[in-house]
Amino acid sequence: MSSWVSEQCIEPWEIIAEQQRDQDIAGQFGATASFVGTMRDFSDRPDITKMLLEHYPAMTARYLQKLEDKAKDQWPLLDCLIVHRVGEVLPGDAIVVIACWSAHRRAALDACDWLIEELKYKAPFWKKEFTEQGQHWVSGNTDGH
Amino acid sequence: MSIQVKFFASLREKLGQSNIELAAASTALDAWNQATQNKPVPDNLLVAINLDYAKLDTPVQDGDEVAFFPPVTGG
Repeated sequence: MSSWVSEQCIEPWEIIAEQQRDQDIAGQFGATASFVGTMRDFSDRPDITKMLLEHYPAMTARYLQKLEDKAKDQWPLLDCLIVHRVGEVLPGDAIVVIACWSAHRRAALDACDWLIEELKYKAPFWKKEFTEQGQHWVSGNTDGH
Repeated sequence: MSIQVKFFASLREKLGQSNIELAAASTALDAWNQATQNKPVPDNLLVAINLDYAKLDTPVQDGDEVAFFPPVTGG
């Protein structure tokens, strides 16, 4: 299991492949479920040019670790991964990567779904969007269901 | 020892400060009142004490870190 934040651009599929290699679980897992959140160039406003992702570093580290621990308590996961961007993010950049590995598909799918929803509603990250007209803080996450 | 108070995101910008140190506080609300000179508490305010979510009436101990922030928008 691992979780971290990155100030640099992240390559979701490389990170997932690397985690899978490093954990040496070949032969044990039959399912990998992943979620990748990517920045759009629109929200409730058009023409978003960039975004700044602020976080509360100490709480973020603790909270992401807690999420992983809780997911592992609830589902028989062989491994899971959470990576979140911070700092300046551009349209098309990955913001968050979650991946779960399990012997059977239901555990990986359900854990991945639970992790992204929990992260969106509780992990201490905040987005500020920039347009040609100015900048504004995103006021809240939309319902994912 | 003292109480460390932190503000994040839009709240940090509105209040014009990110950190303030208090000599003492009884609850998170008391810390808010002292740190903001009794500014009204925003409806959607979130509170964390020592990196865990807490409530405004949660007691604060010497050495605690109390953070105030708006609804989170990560992911």
